Amino acid sequence: MSISQDKYDRLDEVIAANKGQSGAVMRTLQAAQDIFGHVPKDVQIRIAEGLGTTLSDVYGVATFYSQFALEPRGEYIIGVCLGTACYVKGSKNVLERVCKELDTPVGKTSKDGLFTIRDTRCLGACGLAPVMMINDDVYGRLTPAEVPAILNKYRQA
Amino acid sequence: MNMISFKIDGVPVTVPAGTTILEAARQAGIRIPTLCYMKDVNEIGACRMCVVEAGGRALQAACVYPVDSLPRNRETGEYAEVKTNTPAIRRARKVNLELLLSNHDKKCLSCVRSTNCELQALCREYGVEDENRFAGAMTETKVDNSSLSIVRNNAKCILCRRCEAVCEKVQHVGVIGPTMRGFKTQILPAWNMGLAETGCINCGQCINVCPTAALTEKDDTKEVFDALADPNKYVVVQTAPAVRAALGEEFGIPMGTSVTGKMAAALRRMGFDKVFDTDYAADLTIMEEANELVARVKEGGVLPMITSCSPGWIKFCETYYPEFIPNLSSCKSPHEMEGAVIKSYFAEKEGIDPHKIVVVSVMPCTAKKFECKRPEMGHDGMADVDIVITTRELARMIKQCGIRFEKLADEDFDDMLGESTGAAVIFGVTGGVMEAALRTAYEVITGEKLQKLDFVDVRGFEGVKEASYNLNGLEVKVAVAHSTGAAAKLLDAVKSGEKSYTFIEVMGCPGGCINGGGQPLVSPEKRLEIDVKALRAKALYDEDAAKPIRKSHELPAINKMYDEFFGNPNSPKAHELLHTHYTARKLYND
Ligand code: SF4
Ligand code: SF4
Ligand code: SF4
Ligand code: FES
Repeated sequence: MSISQDKYDRLDEVIAANKGQSGAVMRTLQAAQDIFGHVPKDVQIRIAEGLGTTLSDVYGVATFYSQFALEPRGEYIIGVCLGTACYVKGSKNVLERVCKELDTPVGKTSKDGLFTIRDTRCLGACGLAPVMMINDDVYGRLTPAEVPAILNKYRQA
Repeated sequence: MNMISFKIDGVPVTVPAGTTILEAARQAGIRIPTLCYMKDVNEIGACRMCVVEAGGRALQAACVYPVDSLPRNRETGEYAEVKTNTPAIRRARKVNLELLLSNHDKKCLSCVRSTNCELQALCREYGVEDENRFAGAMTETKVDNSSLSIVRNNAKCILCRRCEAVCEKVQHVGVIGPTMRGFKTQILPAWNMGLAETGCINCGQCINVCPTAALTEKDDTKEVFDALADPNKYVVVQTAPAVRAALGEEFGIPMGTSVTGKMAAALRRMGFDKVFDTDYAADLTIMEEANELVARVKEGGVLPMITSCSPGWIKFCETYYPEFIPNLSSCKSPHEMEGAVIKSYFAEKEGIDPHKIVVVSVMPCTAKKFECKRPEMGHDGMADVDIVITTRELARMIKQCGIRFEKLADEDFDDMLGESTGAAVIFGVTGGVMEAALRTAYEVITGEKLQKLDFVDVRGFEGVKEASYNLNGLEVKVAVAHSTGAAAKLLDAVKSGEKSYTFIEVMGCPGGCINGGGQPLVSPEKRLEIDVKALRAKALYDEDAAKPIRKSHELPAINKMYDEFFGNPNSPKAHELLHTHYTARKLYND
């Protein structure tokens, strides 16, 4: 049995277990995200058909919550905080620089599959504004000029 | 039933527990403005236009607030009085509107909904003074032109979600809904697909409920004007039964007035070379379809046979119930038949090169725009019908031509394809095709004259109507469904074996064509006051009753055409020009 067949079988089990229950779409999407790492279109179609709802419904839930990724995620998740404190200290410029360096828009994964760029709400590190996180590493008091060197560290890792 | 008594603006009301404040106020004759609310279909408390004071400090959305939740006086047990008109309420409604406008493409002057827009009307009502009061960033949107029928422009969307509710709950399609969240929220098909890539059935019911110009029909009026201005074209127009029952509304003529004569006069003034009536082809449809039914019954063909006049329904069947494709009548819809006849029989008789003929259909329907582009709807490299415009588009054209519609004297349709029977007129309302077919099938099967022409069991607006008739010992069980949601339920019952029928009529829109996706718009609020479907239907039933001939097979013009051209109903030539086939469609193309 191929690996991906195994994944689809696991998804079908989750669908069967949740069918007809309230909150089924949300729970099934969470499970699917755990199984596949993200929730692409074919997975969402399978969920919609399996649960007897519409793709529109499933996609609506998947895009409402930022925890769901529609595309494969990079090895590193870059989160640039756009909370108020970071925003006034220019985090938008940091984010733009990240996008430019990686030639990738917010929400997408770079072509080499290494980085996924996210804008986030307040990360609770306002004292360090503007803040960027790469997986669990925190970078504070950032200027856009520092961005390339930081990214290079991960490229070489 | 537990009844609750309280006051609204000083007026005493008594209503059953569970009633909303909005409903209670309506019963007391007090109007509370609404925007997102559609009774029984969309009750989500999203827009907050309906805010009222309900005894507490915060304003409450009347459309979702049950009266039994009103605070009560500790000693007397009295429910708090509801106020619907205080300075705070008027201010809140105004600010709500100003906030909606802050993210709205406010180009009323060039907007197709201007003067008929619920947002615009409420802004005037609540005295919005500055449409740019909260100017700021706007959500990035794109116009979706992919559909042959529907244009979606989210720059005009106020996120009331009425379209989503109708598409999902009434039509059982569900291809549009909210995506993303907060400021980025937009109503879109999943995965930002164009509407044409989804399982949308082009019914246009979403347009009918949209308060703004976020949803409109694809405008094909320019193509018609161009054809009319081209001296090398012979431009023929035909009008569907339901158009005459509603067109007058666009010119201030009371709802329920049939404007057949004025419509024919207006079309002639616009410059059409021939003004024909789709009713003629409705009679032709009955000849073909009733005989097809008789043949299926006698020869053991696939039953139940299901009608095929409604292209929204056809696309629904092809996409969601492809297992019923063999049940669909092979008859083209009436206007397609008429187009085929115009470009064959009529062209031959008049000695006109059919390639020069442009057939324009005026339809109550947006799905017909899709239907006329189906590759199977044509012959000899010509489309049967070239352009479809809706009742609304025709009204706009008449206005652009400077014609004073309401002042026109009645005129007749042109000869040859302008005659029709009462049976054809009622095609425009749910149950009408069934009734028309029964009038003919009865006489074909029994060889006897029908005593009573009205089949009242299949009239009216229940979701599914059933009846059973005995035709000389042959039991014919029929069912009628309108809206694709009702059709889905009916087909499920047939599939499970719970029900069995001989003949089923399905119309894709609730109420049938009189309430089609291309008809004059009436807001959901107004629909609570007037019964739009019943009034428009009455116009058609009255016209049927007044017709000298009320059975399709008795129309001399039709019989003449069979003699001269087709031979018999369902003849090889009839099959070539008047019948079609269907294609199972994939819901998802990944
Ligand atoms: S949708 Fe209404 S408010 Fe918006 S531009 Fe059109 S008419 Fe004006
Ligand atoms: S046209 Fe009909 S099926 Fe298509 S989106 Fe609108 S309501 Fe849904
Ligand atoms: S498209 Fe129209 S009906 Fe749908 S949410 Fe927007 S404004 Fe409301
Ligand atoms: S919230 Fe009541 S009408 Fe929209």
